Amino acid sequence: MVTDVLTASVPAAGRKTRSELSQQRLRAARWFLVPMLVALSVVAGWPLARSIYFSFTDASLNDLYGAEFIGFGNYLRWTVLDSGVVRYRGTLADPAWWNAVWNTMRFAVLSVSIEAVLGMLVALVLNAEFRGRGIVRAAILIPWAIPTIVSAKMWAWMLNDQFGILNDLGMRLGLLSQKVAWTASADTAMTAVLIVDIWKTTPFMALLILAGLQMIPKDIYEAADIDGVHPVKQFFKITLPLVRPALMVAIIFRILDALRIFDLIYVLTPNSAATKTMSVISRENLFDFDNFAYGSAQSTLLFLIIAILTILYIWLGKVRFDGGDR
Amino acid sequence: MGATFDLWKFTKTALFYLAVIAIVVIAVFPFYYAILTSFKTGTDLFRINYWPESFSLANYTAVFSQGSFPRNLLNSVFVASVTVIMALFLAVTAAFALSRVRFKGRGFLLMVILAVSMFPQIAVLAGLFEVIRALGIYNTPWALIFSYTIFTLPFTVWVLTTFMRDLPIEIEEAAIVDGATPWVIITRVFMPLMWPALVTTGLLAFIGAWNEFLFALTFTSSNDTRTVPVAIALLSGGSQYEIPWGIIMAASVIVTVPLVFLVLIFQRKIVSGLTAGGVKG
Repeated sequence: MVTDVLTASVPAAGRKTRSELSQQRLRAARWFLVPMLVALSVVAGWPLARSIYFSFTDASLNDLYGAEFIGFGNYLRWTVLDSGVVRYRGTLADPAWWNAVWNTMRFAVLSVSIEAVLGMLVALVLNAEFRGRGIVRAAILIPWAIPTIVSAKMWAWMLNDQFGILNDLGMRLGLLSQKVAWTASADTAMTAVLIVDIWKTTPFMALLILAGLQMIPKDIYEAADIDGVHPVKQFFKITLPLVRPALMVAIIFRILDALRIFDLIYVLTPNSAATKTMSVISRENLFDFDNFAYGSAQSTLLFLIIAILTILYIWLGKVRFDGGDR
Repeated sequence: MGATFDLWKFTKTALFYLAVIAIVVIAVFPFYYAILTSFKTGTDLFRINYWPESFSLANYTAVFSQGSFPRNLLNSVFVASVTVIMALFLAVTAAFALSRVRFKGRGFLLMVILAVSMFPQIAVLAGLFEVIRALGIYNTPWALIFSYTIFTLPFTVWVLTTFMRDLPIEIEEAAIVDGATPWVIITRVFMPLMWPALVTTGLLAFIGAWNEFLFALTFTSSNDTRTVPVAIALLSGGSQYEIPWGIIMAASVIVTVPLVFLVLIFQRKIVSGLTAGGVKG
């Protein structure tokens, strides 16, 4: 896809100056990379290491430095009572944590799979030639451009139980028999979150898939048309296999994004056990309940899950990191 | 090939345009409804209508006169702008090294950068909180500028590296023959060619910083230092049951309109910038 780019060597120059030149370039490259590496280690590497360290201590919000090392206590510890009953404590024995894990997984799987299907449909529409295509493309960028907090508030108002337009619309169309407290009721809170997330991120999915669709040469379809292949069969036999790399990348990006969801849930359904995700429960413990070390353990577990998935993605997806030498 | 064929074709076209209309309406309606609501006050707010029926600017004057919303807006502009400038400055030179110079460990470095961009923000929250406290920048805009580097820098480096990699070698060769140093090559040869890429990545990083919520919520604690997303999330009325929906919608419209305009103006560039990192991988 990308043409090979010559990097250090310059054929025009002579042999001796060439090595001098590449030495100079290497030195310059080193100096160019230092500021970025320092910045990344200060804002990412070190804080990550400290967060993991805190998860093995009894640190509290007001006493970060007086903390003592307590091993895996925040993750799992047990005491044997006199009666012989073993009592487990720690995140891994905490039903609230497993509820959050379940919510996060459910949210990630449902939102990403629905977004992939809808994104594919929108991308297929946008890939067709028709008048007003530019308007549609502009329109679908609007949900993407709106800040998550703003969309959460906008939808919270539209989903309002008494004055929300969606209840009104649903009752007018006969889809709802009574007004629903979308965000407040435990049965519908997750649905509300899913609706808003799908509305907001399907455009991103659609644009990534569209970029993949546009790389498929048109003459394949012409040949298929001449052979009389049905359009549905064309989609499954030609489009889907050829767009799969782009689709997979989009899906994996979205899964990683969905697993760390925080803001939408924090604002749309505050304090609802039905939607509380790993990020939400972890921040709650860190800063609201003063369980700093406990929250750190939870954030470390989320990090581990995402790290494993990222490694799987890089490994399975065979992402090339060799710069210009493709 | 009689009437039945035409009918089938007609149904197909009709269904297609129905899908097009559905996409546009679903995408735009919530924003339209927010604008509609922002012009309603008093009891009008609680009368559901689909078309504008009353018009009042009271919510907008309230947003700008009560509370610290103007200040929050300034905070957001400042934080997002400085974040973008710093990220671009660090990223341009790094991207040159990563895309045009062959050295050991380059592949590994790119992998680390991609990995950092996939970090869950919550994983560094505790450690960042400690660093920000230690630096004495807690509850200042600098805490946000500092922490936003974690997602703007990897992203800008990644996109600019893919862009620079595709620039032809010939222009660089000519500069090298003329005895230009790498710094001169970046500033004089590449920068003029890179304006489109810089604008795109800068804009995407700006949107990311403008919309960020978790760090802003955690690292600021007073009304005067908050950015707009946090201010909107925390806007509340006299009691839990009196949510000022009109004012919230007015504030939402104010922060969203500039973004929507920017996105519509730069839509082609944004689409190519969004897909640069993803599809080529």
